Amino acid sequence: MTAVLELDQVARVYGDGRTAVQALDGVSLRVAPGELVAVMGPSGSGKSTLLNLAGGLDRPTTGRVVVDGTELGRLDRRRLAALRRRRVGYVFQDLNLLPGLTAVENVALPGELDGVGTRQARAEALAALDQVGLADRAGAFPDQLSGGERQRVAIARAVVGQRVLLLADEPTGALDSLAGEAVLELLRARCEAGIAGVLVTHEARYAAIADRVVFLADGRVVDQTTVAGGVV
Amino acid sequence: MSVKHALLALLDQGPRHGYGLKHEFEARLGQSWPLNVGQVYSTLARLERDGLVAPEPEGDEDTERRAFRITGAGRSALAEWLSAPVPREALSRDELLVKVVAALEAGAEPAVRVIRAQRTATLELLQRHTRSKAEAARRGDLPRLLTIDLLIAQAEAEVAWLDRCEARVAAGASDPGGEVRR
Repeated sequence: MTAVLELDQVARVYGDGRTAVQALDGVSLRVAPGELVAVMGPSGSGKSTLLNLAGGLDRPTTGRVVVDGTELGRLDRRRLAALRRRRVGYVFQDLNLLPGLTAVENVALPGELDGVGTRQARAEALAALDQVGLADRAGAFPDQLSGGERQRVAIARAVVGQRVLLLADEPTGALDSLAGEAVLELLRARCEAGIAGVLVTHEARYAAIADRVVFLADGRVVDQTTVAGGVV
Repeated sequence: MSVKHALLALLDQGPRHGYGLKHEFEARLGQSWPLNVGQVYSTLARLERDGLVAPEPEGDEDTERRAFRITGAGRSALAEWLSAPVPREALSRDELLVKVVAALEAGAEPAVRVIRAQRTATLELLQRHTRSKAEAARRGDLPRLLTIDLLIAQAEAEVAWLDRCEARVAAGASDPGGEVRR
């Protein structure tokens, strides 16, 4: 199957000369539709850099990043921004929901910013909230939702519309373990529905929800689990 | 082992036959702790000897056909066991620890290889546990969920320990003045 995300020998160096820092060093990674890949590694191993490059928030020093069949390096700033807005969803540790907007307005916002009509953006947002089990909370403001519910709204916003790639950076944040697990199960379910997901986490328990776990150390992939089969 | 206390907990809910006890125990913990019926009968015999259970009055002479009920002493023993923390001895004879230390004899790099290989294997185990957990959750099987949560916690602890090992070994290797202590 064609990968939604493909990193091909990607390297990223920050700075130059004696102060250069090699954040990523020849990383290759493919994530297929429906697949969730977890990335683990110590601080400074390159996890966030990998996520930023995958989402087109940063450009590699060498190597290629392909999202949904398009090599990001070939896009000008405007087209890259459009691809980011329409095809890529982000879930961060800090929820970044706008406190003055309801759940459905938060989820509809990317579509509206992208020029989708208000009515359609709202319909897509409601559908996405329904997928995360929050259709009945659509009119609630963020401070009326629990931490777990807020993170589910953030997931709805990340998968709303025609998104094909979901990038999550420590999405369980400060949630307690059961709420964190519920958020991860939801993330996995959205991926199973056909989206490709990359999950950065330092918690083995959450990484284990993924189909594959990739370990980074010093900017390189040092190991990865093979797809888990069967049950214990 | 605590099979006898698990049986007391079941008997505390009402009189039962040996076979029924085996069945109920296994319905809760059997996937990780299979119990043969002979073990149940011998445990019941010991519990009867210690006065913690008694045969039902109208029962058969044969242990295998008799139903047992918990006695007052049995209830006290059960309550005492439930309220006492399980003693945990320091676990220093772990094979993985020996393996990491043995690899360290040849240097930091071989030790890191051992650490990483184990971490990948343990993560794969953790992935399988996570799948099993989702299944148990769908079935609403609470004892099985608790069992898998324990296995997950143990695997997580091992991964966390391996992370720390790798950091320590790397720190030891990159510090030219410091020698890795053995």
